[in-house]
Amino acid sequence: MLKNRIIPCLDVKNGRVVKGINFIDLKDAGDPVEQAQIYSDGGADEICFLDITASNENRNTIYDVVEKTSKKCFVPLTVGGGIRSVDDINKLLNCGADKVSINTAAVQNFEVVVESSKKFGSQCIVVAIDAKKNSDNWEIFTHGGRNNTGIDAIEFAKKMENCGAGELLVTSMDRDGTQVGYDIELMSKISSKVNIPVIASGGVGNLDHLVEGIKLGNASAVLAASIFHYGKYSVKEAKEYLDLKGIPVRI
Amino acid sequence: MNVTIVDYNSGNISSVINSFKEVAKDKVNIEVTSDLNKIKSSDKVVLPGQGSFKSCVDALNSLNGLVDTLSDFVLNDKKPLLGICVGLQMFADIGYEEKETKGLGWISGKVSRINNQNNKYKLPHIGWNEINIVKDSKIFKDIKNNSHMYFVHSYEFIPENKNVISATIDYSSNIVCAVEKENIFGTQFHPEKSDKIGLKIIDNFIRL
Repeated sequence: MLKNRIIPCLDVKNGRVVKGINFIDLKDAGDPVEQAQIYSDGGADEICFLDITASNENRNTIYDVVEKTSKKCFVPLTVGGGIRSVDDINKLLNCGADKVSINTAAVQNFEVVVESSKKFGSQCIVVAIDAKKNSDNWEIFTHGGRNNTGIDAIEFAKKMENCGAGELLVTSMDRDGTQVGYDIELMSKISSKVNIPVIASGGVGNLDHLVEGIKLGNASAVLAASIFHYGKYSVKEAKEYLDLKGIPVRI
Repeated sequence: MNVTIVDYNSGNISSVINSFKEVAKDKVNIEVTSDLNKIKSSDKVVLPGQGSFKSCVDALNSLNGLVDTLSDFVLNDKKPLLGICVGLQMFADIGYEEKETKGLGWISGKVSRINNQNNKYKLPHIGWNEINIVKDSKIFKDIKNNSHMYFVHSYEFIPENKNVISATIDYSSNIVCAVEKENIFGTQFHPEKSDKIGLKIIDNFIRL
């Protein structure tokens, strides 16, 4: 039986983790390689790096981070943030990323998704959809949630599947950072509309939210950042809780 | 000992390289190449594969003499080869991804799209699934039944002779996830991404 995945996400800026785990035994709390290893040792099903480096000069730092992490981490590694072109994807994959997550570039030019999924295979192309509720529908936002586009999120999800995306990482901009739970309605609507796996993101504050994302949102995987970073829960605790609630997980 | 990972532009193989190097440490030499002489003289070969069946077969065929060298290595020299993901699928006679494409024909059978029962099951099949070991395979030494492995695929290998099947998974139906035929080994899952248990399979292959 296929298991539901738990994916901790680390924000990386200029090659350093921001908002990291505050474990006292960490030699270097800002080291993405060490943090990724802790998650992977704790049973994370995948690791996600979100590169939030703002300046172009420091953009290359992510390649170095990915290269070092992939030599130590033997679970799938997804990297997102700032990916503009097929060439960027190629570079990240060559450094050892297993998947890339494309957001703004996919909205601005869907050919990036078509071309990259043909070239590298759908298995490594994740399209990240940032959506905000707008009365009774959801609108796509780009540039880390700063710019609205007028594009309907559910239609866009379907389009990305047709373009060759292998998975969709769906983030509710309304919920992101609020810790009140995923936007279940958004997750389940998208999940029922597409036949590729949906990863739920944005809003997790406790372990019941993870359960809801899978049971009610029909997500194949759940992504969370802060509940793991601040040591509120470990990945192991999260998995044990899901298991207790009857959700199939890898333990 | 030399283990060669065949580099034939089949997509992203850095994770395969990293995992083999991690397991091999300094004891075994891991070579990443498409050089025919190096492949011929190596003790073991790893055939990775990402993307579609057709793109991988085309990539193999575009390197002059590579298919013959690999076939010779496997069928005449009878040296161990491990195919991973599409690397395993290409053992088949024929594949139906994109368009009908001839495979290597080392293990009779075909590669078809997983029947997902009218979208009841999501495709690609992505994530961790429990393998059901149905045959003692040398690469499963010390691997417990129902161990979790990491999968990413939409197509399945259906061998004619069921005796080659060493493990299956349950996803809409019983899907072949590992084969062993004499010196030919293959996994549909990615041992290189299957955590410590996956590295153990790589270790078992290296130690054959």
